[in-house]
Amino acid sequence: MDFISVIEEGYKKEVPPFNVGDTVRVYTKVIEGDKERLQPFEGVVIAKRGGGTRATFMVRKISFGVGVERIFPLYSPSIDRIEVVRRGSVRRAKLYYLRHKKGKAAKIKEKERTSR
Amino acid sequence: MTGIVGKKLGMTQIYKEDGTVVPVTVIEAQPGCVVQVKTPEKDGYEAVKVGFFEVRKEKRLNKPELGVFKKAGVKPYRVLKEFPMEGLNVGDLITVERFSKGDKVSVSGISKGKGFQGVMKRHGFKGGPGSHGSMFNRAPGSIGASSFPSRVWKNQRMPGHMGSEKVTVKNLEIVDVRVDQNLLLIKGAVPGARNSIVEIRKED
Repeated sequence: MDFISVIEEGYKKEVPPFNVGDTVRVYTKVIEGDKERLQPFEGVVIAKRGGGTRATFMVRKISFGVGVERIFPLYSPSIDRIEVVRRGSVRRAKLYYLRHKKGKAAKIKEKERTSR
Repeated sequence: MTGIVGKKLGMTQIYKEDGTVVPVTVIEAQPGCVVQVKTPEKDGYEAVKVGFFEVRKEKRLNKPELGVFKKAGVKPYRVLKEFPMEGLNVGDLITVERFSKGDKVSVSGISKGKGFQGVMKRHGFKGGPGSHGSMFNRAPGSIGASSFPSRVWKNQRMPGHMGSEKVTVKNLEIVDVRVDQNLLLIKGAVPGARNSIVEIRKED
């Protein structure tokens, strides 16, 4: 009996499967005064790390010409939902090279749909 | 005071409702059984002796150890601990239900053994420069003055055995109590390796 993994399972929640290279939109809960609203953050997943409840993912986007990266805990209760906008085709697990590229060079090819 | 003895299972992290991450140590504390009640009349002070970790094979204990439990008429236990608690009788069970969310507790355990260590690791000495031709890297330096006192003072901090000693961490918060699994989730780290025995105390 492994009680620790049981405890961790209890904090996991349903998240859509996504991979590095995908474009996702993360809706986080933001508390302003006494009101709560959802703030979306859309960008490319450039890294995933950790296992169990410790898993996190890093999203990068270009905001007004400035690169912005945010690290989200995958199972955090402050994340309302995650939407996968686009599936990307990449050959690397960490896309840190995107930091040195801009414009067209930072584009990621869309993954071809596998026929079912 | 309320006390219980448990087994440290390891650490993980959990989320609060607002999304903050809390590092927790998971401790499994099976119910303990009161083996002896000490009274001021008989023993000069008030306390209960509690047994933890049931022994399945009686031959694991020797005759005098077994006699303690035979006399009390309870099952044999591996660990005996005394707590200054009142209003309990022989045979009563002490469970994690005595603790609740938000309680502040002290946790004692035997720290991980580090072996023979130098002064830098053992006492936090600064050591010397690492480079630029320095040959005084991790040495303790001077351990005293000269003709007076002509000896080394007592308690001079020197290299030696580190760890494997009783360490108490106070004021730890109980994050969660899982009665059905006999689990305590305590915020932060507690002394000892995984599967080691730890003692949890709460002042009332």
